[in-house]
Amino acid sequence: MAQQTSRNQQEEIFPGKPVKSLGEKNPNIERSHTRGTVFKWIAIGAAGIAVVVLAVLLIDIFSDGTVRLSKDFLTEYPSRHPEEAGIKSAIYGSIWVMVFTVLFSLPLGVATAFYLEEFAPKNKITETININIANLAAVPSIVYGILGLALFVRFFALGRSVLAGALTMGLLILPIIIIASREAIRGVPSSIREASMGLGATKWQTVRHHILPQAFPGILTGTILALSRAVGETAPLIMIGALTFVPFVPGNIETFSDIIADPLALITFAPMDGFTVLPIQIFNWVSRPQAAFHVAAAGAIVVLLIILLSMNALAIFLRYRFEKKGSQTR
Amino acid sequence: MNSQETRKFRLPLRQYLAEKSIRGLLFGSGVLSIFVTISIVVILVVESVKFFGYEDVTLLKFLTDTQWTPLFADKHFGIMPLLVGTLMVAFIALLVALPLGLLSAIYLSEYAKPRIRSVLKPLLEILAGIPTVVYGYFALVTVTPFLKQIVPGLGVFNALSAGLVMGIMILPMVSSLSEDAIRVVPDSLRRASVALGATKFETTTRVVVPASLSGVVSAFILAASRAIGETMIVAIAAGMNPTLTFSPLRSIETMTAYIVQVSLGDTPVGTLEYQSIFAVGMALFVMTLFFNIISHFVVKRYREVYQ
Repeated sequence: MAQQTSRNQQEEIFPGKPVKSLGEKNPNIERSHTRGTVFKWIAIGAAGIAVVVLAVLLIDIFSDGTVRLSKDFLTEYPSRHPEEAGIKSAIYGSIWVMVFTVLFSLPLGVATAFYLEEFAPKNKITETININIANLAAVPSIVYGILGLALFVRFFALGRSVLAGALTMGLLILPIIIIASREAIRGVPSSIREASMGLGATKWQTVRHHILPQAFPGILTGTILALSRAVGETAPLIMIGALTFVPFVPGNIETFSDIIADPLALITFAPMDGFTVLPIQIFNWVSRPQAAFHVAAAGAIVVLLIILLSMNALAIFLRYRFEKKGSQTR
Repeated sequence: MNSQETRKFRLPLRQYLAEKSIRGLLFGSGVLSIFVTISIVVILVVESVKFFGYEDVTLLKFLTDTQWTPLFADKHFGIMPLLVGTLMVAFIALLVALPLGLLSAIYLSEYAKPRIRSVLKPLLEILAGIPTVVYGYFALVTVTPFLKQIVPGLGVFNALSAGLVMGIMILPMVSSLSEDAIRVVPDSLRRASVALGATKFETTTRVVVPASLSGVVSAFILAASRAIGETMIVAIAAGMNPTLTFSPLRSIETMTAYIVQVSLGDTPVGTLEYQSIFAVGMALFVMTLFFNIISHFVVKRYREVYQ
């Protein structure tokens, strides 16, 4: 809303067309107007290039990959024969890693965000945490891979498992979740805090009953976006040794009846099993010289992009929905 | 402070303890993020020290030797070829991303009508959200064959195509950070400039952009850091061939791609080759950290604060 008004003001500062001079034309002014128009079109062109490339990329990949989209592609394991290869193990692996990543990084990220926004005193430790988080957000993802390899795979002896991958991914998206959650918490009006504290609630009661529910949609949106980053990450999982050829799904749990038959396997065998994820499967297929594998890679990319776009759409939908609801109650 | 003291006495003991322990728990999670950084540094340092503990490997040779052949019989560990490869790809990427990113930012914040803006911004966000492995595919399967028709002598794997695509990848980041910096320039400056007879072009290039320079520069530095640390595009499209060359048409290897190469292969844990990835990782971490700190410093030191 505030942006809108400042925009409108700006329209006033700069009338759309240069004012026509009544007398003789001044060549200097003419020239500077021409320069301005040229610059404007260069700027439009720059923004346009990004859009054109996006369009080319999407059209290119969809036209390469959609031929492979079929039920078999989604339900078959990878194979030496590109025409028969599918992405079943990659999809299962991605889902497993994502679930454990959320379980780990969401509570930790939200707790940190609440600490920094609501509890932290202004001192050196707080400032260190702040700088540190900004810094962690800019560490290259492959360095997280090295961390995961040394810490989770070897030191904690988790091996090349789903759990090791999820913990590595959890650390990778932790700064993103913290930053998004802080923003959501900051968006809660302070009048709510004051009212709650004024009625005698403790700090934690205020956070638990008032700020968390209000900030929740924002936190949720941020988490979904952070997860969509994790779904596409490849390098750290290659580092921790996610396998490139995986003809099984974690824990061999394929259907709901498998879960009912042995529910414990969900938390015992499966997290410790080897795995692959969609981006690694794509990388593996792209790296092969045969064109048929490139087509399979394009097919997997289409699936990956559809997953990512639906996650983004969900985030936007949630934001929109809660915003609307929020304005009604206010 | 005062209110806290009084509450301490008013609260029942159980509730007081609950309050304290929750606070401790939240503090713990905050501190954990510091431990992440500490573990990264400790692991890199300890494992790199092991690497330099091997015979024939010295820090001096690591920094000055011009060959990187850890997987051959005649082993050389000079990081030069990897470093030059990394910087070359990053340089090409920045040649694309910085001008295009800044110009898009200027367009979005100064010229675009709200409706166009509301379409363009999400499109750029989609571009930013595309996984790097997808860009790698695009570079290898689409961009390289296309460039081959224009540029003779282009290899199947080459720094040029990886760099160009990486430039597109970091463009949204440059654009969005620069735009944030440009948008906080207050309208009063624009009005003053126009009142003095400047055109919109003059106002933009001589008043608005200089006023937001610290933010723009820090966006550029962060983009450089991102380009250096980017992995999948170069691993797929730039090749895995550590030669010291300045030709963007040939296959090279970046630091990140080398780390991927070793972890993909079946190099046994604890060997010299295996250990070398930590030394390369250390170099990478130090470089990106350096850029991040500079960027932080630029913002802090040179920011003009507007009320």
